Amino acid sequence: MYQDVILDHYKHPHGRGLRDGDAEVHHVNPTCGDEITLRVKLDGQRIEDVSYEGQGCSISQASASVMNELLVGKELAEAQQIQGVFLELMQSKGKLEPDDAMEEVLEDAVAFAGVSKYPARVKCALLSWMAWKDATAQALKETPA
Amino acid sequence: MTLQPGGGLLDTDLIRKDFPILDREIHDGKKVVYLDNAATSQKPRQVLDAMNAYYERSNANVHRGVHVLAEEATALYEGARDKVAAFINAPSRDEVIFTKNASESLNLVANMLGWADEPYRVDSDTEIVITEMEHHSNIVPWQLLAQRTGAKLKWFGLTDEGRLDLSNINEVITEKTKIVSFVLVSNILGTVNPVEQIVRRAQEVGALVLIDASQAAPHSVLDVQALEADFVAFTGHKMCGPTGIGVLWGRLELLEDLPPFLGGGEMIETVSMHSSTYAPAPHKFEAGTPPIAEAVGLGAAVDYLSSIGMDKIAAHEHAITEYAVKRLQEIPDLKIIGPVTADDRGAAISFTLGDIHPHDVGQVLDEQGIAVRVGHHCARPVCLRYGIPATTRASFYLYSTPAEVDALVEGLEYVRNFFG
Repeated sequence: MYQDVILDHYKHPHGRGLRDGDAEVHHVNPTCGDEITLRVKLDGQRIEDVSYEGQGCSISQASASVMNELLVGKELAEAQQIQGVFLELMQSKGKLEPDDAMEEVLEDAVAFAGVSKYPARVKCALLSWMAWKDATAQALKETPA
Repeated sequence: MTLQPGGGLLDTDLIRKDFPILDREIHDGKKVVYLDNAATSQKPRQVLDAMNAYYERSNANVHRGVHVLAEEATALYEGARDKVAAFINAPSRDEVIFTKNASESLNLVANMLGWADEPYRVDSDTEIVITEMEHHSNIVPWQLLAQRTGAKLKWFGLTDEGRLDLSNINEVITEKTKIVSFVLVSNILGTVNPVEQIVRRAQEVGALVLIDASQAAPHSVLDVQALEADFVAFTGHKMCGPTGIGVLWGRLELLEDLPPFLGGGEMIETVSMHSSTYAPAPHKFEAGTPPIAEAVGLGAAVDYLSSIGMDKIAAHEHAITEYAVKRLQEIPDLKIIGPVTADDRGAAISFTLGDIHPHDVGQVLDEQGIAVRVGHHCARPVCLRYGIPATTRASFYLYSTPAEVDALVEGLEYVRNFFG
């Protein structure tokens, strides 16, 4: 479960810290107290920034870091597709073996495949992604295309 | 160092033979080290056998049946009530109400008081007192009652050492206080609270006292008369019994005066389409088919615990706790949240380990076969009070051994290196 990639992101998180955004959300994982405050900054249909501050376990914190690395600079449609693939992987209960195509989409996030075997930890891995989805929806409402 | 049997320790080799699950191997042949007893205890064969025997030989619904099986089931169910009454030194068996768990017991009292007439009624002119170290099950029912009645909810804060701050006891418990509800032994801090001082003050102002003994009943002698409370709540599954059975003990005159909460079969005397009269306690508070097999299991559990001796169990756990508190504090960066000695403390020990999140601590311990609980332990206000998101909690019981404490300490060293 604790792949080196995950531990690396945990110890050296990418893009951590709150910066300017179009919308801000605060999500918690009530079972373990993981928390994240996350802001999304859009530039039209492109994600200009995903900034965040949080506390929690290595899985939740590393997942936010991986997400930042993956999504910043992407077009919204592509980011949503990536989020969908990550969600599918995390809901696979350890039965989905990531193939090359999936690895190409998810990059470092494939390291979380092992987490999907642990029902109690799936929420940790998904916390930042759900926060991003929520913040993006709010940002789109704020700034209609 | 290792503790030698004799220093108050029980013969755990013998006791562990009664608990089949403790032989279970997990994660490629590691014997499970079960240190999550404050969440639920394991069950001895004697309890499992009693429940099986009930289902295999005597299963029927209780009360009013005129056939052999119904009579046997009733005798077993009511026999369990006798056993529990004796176990807690209740003056009368009729003071023992079977519930689903301690949460239901606590909610039951809150609802009795919410619907009661004077002098018990909780309303907008009155106050409810709890403490900051309560389990959510002894916070939320009172928040609900306060919201519904307009009563004021007050609480005792905590000291930095993990104990109740009773310095302002006369301001917290006042003439307006109707009920004081507090935990005897904290499930997160391990603190054993000073019952007498709180009960004295409550009696001075004529307030009722409810004690949550969920973490006390499994571990030491519970004498409801010595506590001098009005109600005592606890649950079966933390004391070698099954899930689905809890107990509310209440003083008989109160149970006679206070109104029922759940209505249904078994709790009535007569029913017409216009109104009903109620059965005497305890049945007044036991609507519907009760958890019969679970009560039988709880009866077997108190027999089992009594056969070993609650004083001996308490001495064993005290020795284990003393050893664990000492060994844990040898670990760099480990901080115990709660009393740092074994004095006036139970066998649940919460701690933080540097800035490694408890979920990571628990996960890596699990990989080594060690079961602990992580999170806020349904006592989030305690975590807020000490400025931490969560803790790791190891909790011991009558079958816990010094070797298991050593395994925990080794496991935690491994965790430190893993995330270091």
